[in-house]
Amino acid sequence: MSLSDILTMRNELLLTFLAMILLTIDLNLNHAQKKSMIPISIGLFLVVTLIGFIPQPDQSLFGGMYHTNGLIQLMKNILNIGALIILFQSVGWLRSPANNTKISEYFFLLVTTLIGMNFMISSGDFLMLYLGLELATIPIAALAAFTHFNTKSSEAGIKLLLSSALSSGILLYGISMMYGSCGSIYFDAIGAAYANVPLQVLAFILFFTGMAFKISLVPFHLWTADVYEGAPINVTSYLSVISKGAAAFILIIVMFTVFKTLAPVYKNMLYLVAVLTMTVGNLFAMRQKNMKRFLAFSSIAQAGFILLGILGANKMGMTSVVYFVLVYIFSNLGAFGVVAAISAKTGKESMDDYDGLYLTNPKLSLLMTLSMFSLAGIPPVAGFFGKMYLFMSAASGGYYWLVFIAVLNATISLYYYLLVVKAMFINKSENPIATFQSDAYTKIGLVLCALGIFVLGFWSQVYEFINNLTFGI
Amino acid sequence: MFEYIWLVPLFPLIGFLVIFFNFRRLKGVTAGVLASIMVFIPFVISLFFFFGLMNGAEAKTVELFSWISFNKLSIPFSFLIDRLSGLMLLIVTGVGFLIHVYSIGYMKEDAGFNRFFSYMNLFVFFMLLLVLGSNYLILFIGWEGVGLCSYLLIGFWFKNQEFNNAAKKAFIMNRIGDLGFLLALFMLIHQFGTLNFAEIFSKSSAIPVGTFSITMITLLLFAGAVGKSAQIPLFTWLPDAMAGPTPVSALIHAATMVTAGVYMVARSNLLFVLAPVTLMTISVIGIATALMAGSIALFQNDIKKILAYSTVSQLGLMFVALGSGAFTGAMFHLTTHAFFKALLFLAAGSVIHALHGEQDIRKMGGLKDRIPVTFWLFIIGSLAISGIPPFAGFFSKDMILIGAFHSGYVLWVLSVAAALMTAFYMFRLLFIVFWGKAAVAADPKHPVHESPKSMTIPMSVLAVLSIIGGFIGVPALLGGSDRIQVFLAPLFSSSEAFLKHGAEVSESSEILLMTIPLLLILGVIFLAWSFYVKNRNIEQEEPERSFLGNLLYRKFYVDELYDTIVQKPVAGLSTFFHDTIEVKVIDRFVNQTGNLVVWIGKNIRYMQTGNVGAYLFFMVISIILILVLNLFK
Repeated sequence: MSLSDILTMRNELLLTFLAMILLTIDLNLNHAQKKSMIPISIGLFLVVTLIGFIPQPDQSLFGGMYHTNGLIQLMKNILNIGALIILFQSVGWLRSPANNTKISEYFFLLVTTLIGMNFMISSGDFLMLYLGLELATIPIAALAAFTHFNTKSSEAGIKLLLSSALSSGILLYGISMMYGSCGSIYFDAIGAAYANVPLQVLAFILFFTGMAFKISLVPFHLWTADVYEGAPINVTSYLSVISKGAAAFILIIVMFTVFKTLAPVYKNMLYLVAVLTMTVGNLFAMRQKNMKRFLAFSSIAQAGFILLGILGANKMGMTSVVYFVLVYIFSNLGAFGVVAAISAKTGKESMDDYDGLYLTNPKLSLLMTLSMFSLAGIPPVAGFFGKMYLFMSAASGGYYWLVFIAVLNATISLYYYLLVVKAMFINKSENPIATFQSDAYTKIGLVLCALGIFVLGFWSQVYEFINNLTFGI
Repeated sequence: MFEYIWLVPLFPLIGFLVIFFNFRRLKGVTAGVLASIMVFIPFVISLFFFFGLMNGAEAKTVELFSWISFNKLSIPFSFLIDRLSGLMLLIVTGVGFLIHVYSIGYMKEDAGFNRFFSYMNLFVFFMLLLVLGSNYLILFIGWEGVGLCSYLLIGFWFKNQEFNNAAKKAFIMNRIGDLGFLLALFMLIHQFGTLNFAEIFSKSSAIPVGTFSITMITLLLFAGAVGKSAQIPLFTWLPDAMAGPTPVSALIHAATMVTAGVYMVARSNLLFVLAPVTLMTISVIGIATALMAGSIALFQNDIKKILAYSTVSQLGLMFVALGSGAFTGAMFHLTTHAFFKALLFLAAGSVIHALHGEQDIRKMGGLKDRIPVTFWLFIIGSLAISGIPPFAGFFSKDMILIGAFHSGYVLWVLSVAAALMTAFYMFRLLFIVFWGKAAVAADPKHPVHESPKSMTIPMSVLAVLSIIGGFIGVPALLGGSDRIQVFLAPLFSSSEAFLKHGAEVSESSEILLMTIPLLLILGVIFLAWSFYVKNRNIEQEEPERSFLGNLLYRKFYVDELYDTIVQKPVAGLSTFFHDTIEVKVIDRFVNQTGNLVVWIGKNIRYMQTGNVGAYLFFMVISIILILVLNLFK
């Protein structure tokens, strides 16, 4: 293996390198200097993100354990951009006195999970996938417990750890059965050997359950309520956007390559899970008054839509899932960013606190509205096209009833997304949130989201670009 | 050079964003000056483009990016610059710029100064999208966008509930037309598989005349135009729209937005010529609107309402031209109308400004010497709109009348009647307002004063245009070369040739067609003079009116009619729906569903105990259920 082969893993290597640099620099700083970790970390991460855009040939390493191609690179870039936005948006919170000694820990843990996700997406066998998944999960538990003096936060960390331990166990169980029935853990070999044998179906279902846990599909979503609520806002947004997006990426790759012969088996199951996820997620979200919980639950419902693309089981389905996740990252981070900015300045998180926000903070209100419109899928913003392509791919697979249910759910979701808009623009308030200015980093993070929502809505080349990289069953 | 066409709408957009996001920070007249510059730059660019087009530059479609594409449908975000959009560009940016400048003076005292200019720039942006779009979808975005701005600006003084209602009325009336437009778009996609002008028009040539689908498409498109351009039966919103500030009435509700319907039909002329039924409908609705609005205007006493009905009436005449296939005539009148109607509105604004908000013409009078500049400008506007040579309106109205004559004597006679009404109500207005004695004693605290330079200069420019604007279309008979006909020939000549019925009008009858209306108009003006100057016959109180007079004064009771046949039944129906179906059936159902949801929520909460063990147990149970479903089905 030559050096250039190793450099194929540039994303993972750079991120590892970055994580180590951050720790080393931090050791040499005294308390007063720790704030300078913010520009250093974000600057270095920005460089890593930009390097990811340098084109690179398709490669396979370690006998097929690790591989990369245009689509995988694109997925990694999407995750990097999302993580970058979250880093920008976290600055206000990190600067608070309680956290400013732990700045580099935050960056270190976040970068580590990203390494795991990158390995997971690039994996060519189940062992690599499992390692990546674990690497992506365990540091998040630490992040969820980041404000450890807060009992809720510690509780969130423990709960995430315990439930992901069980789901990892189930996943491993499934993988071991695959190995037992196929004699290999490589994607290609398993894909070739898979036939509709009960043991293999069992193995698949166990594997799928493990992934469903990560994407928080109903009925494997129960851990989310406590974890999302307890974790700091930026971690919640990381969990419900980036972590979920990464799991959706690898799920669709595996479904379309390894388990394509099982399509008749899993279609009914996915159908059921999709309907449950969209509906239950909506039912939960509708009754939330806390913005953080509200966004977290609505993200469960959004995950249900992703399954429509997987069910479509064609090239369009895959393109639409990748496109949807891209759009979803910008829209959801826009909303989370506003909530985080307000929470960092005022500590207010309830929807009632947003009454009359437009009068005091018009720009934040407009971005929030844009995000809500995009999440609800109102044209011409990006979210509309994200949902439309998913629906079209499901419809082209013949799932008209499912599309109907999905449209119904999208309509229901419109109700609660507009509640936020109504609070900001129409409701009157005795003591609205005072006008404030966010720091420059947060502003950049928010502007990036607004740009993403607009550009993706108006520029269909993005969709075509993704479409050139994807494949169907 | 047309590659840079995207700059034209970009500047007003920037202006809007900058002003909108800094509307608390911008002080004094900064916002107004900025907004004016953001319209002036596109105007200069448009001038270059226009001269390029006059010198024979080819029409060009500039694709900015591919916007929507799936399956076979592809809709690029692209602009079309050709002679028609070039002409419209000049009108929108030129007249728009003048009105922006005027507004700086007019709105100076208003607390919402910055908000006003942000909306105005947004309006210009959308209007430019409408004009420049190279497919129906972009046109539609502009179409909806100008509707939105119109709504925002009619309800600009939103503390007055009546003004808000006027804004809502405009929005809802337009919505009805827009539904037609939208349906037309769907049918176009179905029929042609595209929304791009170029492809649709080239494919349409293969379709035989009178095909049902084309008739439907054009009728639905026209329904959109009826809403936007305030034709029967959707015209009642326009007079109410006068609730907005006067510059808004001049820009949106006279010169540009309301003519969008005319532009759209002219743009789609190759489709419309394939549907004789639609053309017939357009003519009938156009002339009916022209006569109805013209006759209503005869009896109104609000200076802006008179001008509003006049606009409706003139738009009706433009549709008469479109229906008769005189597309050039319609565009010509659109152009000159933009000049003199904007001038009249601005001059009316100047009068209102001088009298500190008075709009009732019965309370004016004798303003001739007190605001002389405005007076002279108003005279020029009135002469132009009445069609007195050599003012602009004469030539464009002449072209429309000749077009109507081609469609039949009846249409010509009726059109002349509409033109006579125009002359009467305009000169009635002029004589009542400027001649005679002041009806109300001047208030010493607020003396009547001439408007500032920032208002009179834009008006003067418009006055010059109202005088010379007609020279672009002097017919051959009067020794002109009919330049506008030649200029727009690439767009309209094939349609106009396609529709030519019978022989050309001979020179002698053309002279008759020109002189008869002119003499009649002069007679009508004399009549107005004898009524309102010589005998000064102005009723201060509500007079006893004959049945017909009352009918006209009450605007044919159209509002009341809509109230009776649409609003009341709908209100009754909705009361029924509310009291019976909504409260007793749906609410109960929804509440029960809600209760069910709450109940489920409560019981789900037992799952959501916070006990991780219970969560994991539930997960395992779910896995087992899925296994059972999959393995033993």
